[in-house]
Amino acid sequence: MTKFLRKCSNFTFIHLRLQSHSTTIDQQEIEQFKKLAKEWWHEFGSNKPLHSMNKLRVPFVRDGLINEGVVHEQNLKTSTPLKNLSILDVGCGGGILSEPLCRLGANVTGIDANPGIIDVAKKHAEKNHLNINYLFSSIEDHSKCHFEKYDSIVASEILEHVTEKEKFLSACSACLKPLGSIFITTINNTALASFLSIFVAETVLELVPKGIHQPDKFIEPYRLQRMLEDCNLKTKVIHGMFYNVFTNNWHLCSNNSVNYCIHAVKIC
Amino acid sequence: MLNNQILNKKGVCLLWKIKGKFHFQRFLSQNIDRHYDIIIAGGGMVGTTLACTLGKNSILKNKKILLLEAGKEKPWTLPEKYNNRVVSVNPGSQKLLSSINAWNFIEKNRVATVKQLQVWEALSDASITFEQPKNNEPISYIVENDLILAAVAEQAQSCPNLEIQYEAKVKNYQLPDFNADITQLKMENGQNFSCNLLLGCDGVNSTVRKCMHANYISWNYGQMGVVATLQLDQQPGFKNDVAWQRFLPNGPVALLPLTDELSSLVWSTTIQQAKELLELPEERFVEQLNKAIGGTFKKSSLVSQAINSFDNLLRALNCPSTNQATAPTICGMETNSRAAFPLGFGHSSQYIGKGVVLVGDAAHRIHPLAGQGVNLGFGDVNCLNEVLTKAVYSGGGLNDLSYLKEYESERQKHNLPMMIAVEGLHRLTTTTLAPIVLLRGLGLQFSNALVPLKKYLISQASI
Repeated sequence: MTKFLRKCSNFTFIHLRLQSHSTTIDQQEIEQFKKLAKEWWHEFGSNKPLHSMNKLRVPFVRDGLINEGVVHEQNLKTSTPLKNLSILDVGCGGGILSEPLCRLGANVTGIDANPGIIDVAKKHAEKNHLNINYLFSSIEDHSKCHFEKYDSIVASEILEHVTEKEKFLSACSACLKPLGSIFITTINNTALASFLSIFVAETVLELVPKGIHQPDKFIEPYRLQRMLEDCNLKTKVIHGMFYNVFTNNWHLCSNNSVNYCIHAVKIC
Repeated sequence: MLNNQILNKKGVCLLWKIKGKFHFQRFLSQNIDRHYDIIIAGGGMVGTTLACTLGKNSILKNKKILLLEAGKEKPWTLPEKYNNRVVSVNPGSQKLLSSINAWNFIEKNRVATVKQLQVWEALSDASITFEQPKNNEPISYIVENDLILAAVAEQAQSCPNLEIQYEAKVKNYQLPDFNADITQLKMENGQNFSCNLLLGCDGVNSTVRKCMHANYISWNYGQMGVVATLQLDQQPGFKNDVAWQRFLPNGPVALLPLTDELSSLVWSTTIQQAKELLELPEERFVEQLNKAIGGTFKKSSLVSQAINSFDNLLRALNCPSTNQATAPTICGMETNSRAAFPLGFGHSSQYIGKGVVLVGDAAHRIHPLAGQGVNLGFGDVNCLNEVLTKAVYSGGGLNDLSYLKEYESERQKHNLPMMIAVEGLHRLTTTTLAPIVLLRGLGLQFSNALVPLKKYLISQASI
């Protein structure tokens, strides 16, 4: 099986090189993230907000799945509530979100289009004795051989780096089992969002590296919801997310004009 | 030998699975005998309660926990005589002990309830009475230290993932540096342990705290607490459910109920006087004590007048005014129940570090005048349990600093104001300067009249 997957990933590597224009991956974004690989796991480095977002997004995924009734009752209130659930982390990066999901008992597959960062993820998981299946792949290629394979998909802080969002989401939907859940966190396309996440976060506070976000790729919740519906994904819940720069904590809020998260379920 | 060295340098890591669930790492290079998820240093009241609370937590069920205690395992039987070391357990701590089933054991043996707290002042005769707003709800419970320890130790036996090692002396702690995240412990007997999270419950002179290089602010009060078990002069129908405390110029003296016939004494005083008190024959000691509780002290006439007129004013306004406190008379004491211990203040500005957390007296130490020391420790236990539960249930590691930070800020937010209040009270009550005596007398009366303020104070001291 692993041999097959390895072959598969080798194949996609070549495939990607030859026809990278057919995927939803932007080469420019890949270069941007390559620079980050070194300090990906530095909790208070340039990925600080991503690390602290775990305190919000892991419970969001966990409780979303519990509410959907896919969590076995005997696993509730144990350290592994997500036991036996298969989760695909799209755009997993160094595995900041994949690792806690794995610790909660889920069978996690992480894919990322950046081979350097996948290496970081693999090494870190090995060091922590976590069994996560990291693959260097695009979601389009992955969906071809993993049709309706996953109980859940998480696409956290990735959509704002994708240009062809419809293609991306339909590939996600293809990987998802019927009644499976998709969890997305991303940035709204508002003037306030551009101001805060680009001017304030990148230039003034230098929280995240310069040029990591492009405002034209941000998307409004209603447009995202519409796109999800086109892919048979019905939105269950939308929350706004608020980042407190001083305490480095994320909170859920009703205002989704900057960051927000969506939980949608695939209808059959 | 050479092979060994090469092995050591490589730091080979062996990994095996037991029951397919637990991963134990063995670091050959460091000769680690066992790896635990959590090691608790110090098996006192707070340490054992913490071990028990974590051990009974269903979310932490698959975490291996080790409790290290330097003392011997003492099989416990209820002694006929009361022990002279007792604590006042507030309702919050009582709830914690109930949640781990230890309270049953305590109730089955012996516990006294305090329904009223009567505080008065030697130099002005002003007084204040505290009661729980809902009648018959106890303000606190008086329990012997040994009994609490026995109760939680019994419950600790029933946790399958908790291991207890008695007579365990730690030679040194090696806290993780920037790259590592494993804490290592070298024991006196040559054993080596490692863990993901070390919990320092090793008391006032905490070695764990010293290893953390935590910034620790401390001073001695130049005072000692004299304890003893006292026999009360019985009057027919007398119910002993009031805790009495009188502020004397040298420090407060407190009587805590044990039974209708017995009370426990905590008398904070200068080191000089404490030594004298310990050396007095028992009858003379009781005589001195009765003088301290019931005797009159030289008062400034101005203060007396002011207090009296304020009292009259409060009466005229129909406020609850000072009812003259009459403490019970002491008629004797249990032989050889006298002892004394030093009093001090301590505050660690860090409660957490990489892979390490301080709990209880290791992190904070206060004057016993409000009976809050152990309750702050039990509060820490409650909070740390919640934080670790949240961390593990959210897929974080046990030593995830972003979660542990919540413990630190939450507890410091609660502990520091309490410590400052107790410290302020201590300084205020050991002054004999007439204007200050007057102010504190009036303040006491005023607080007594102000019901909402009293309710607030009680609720703060109850959690």
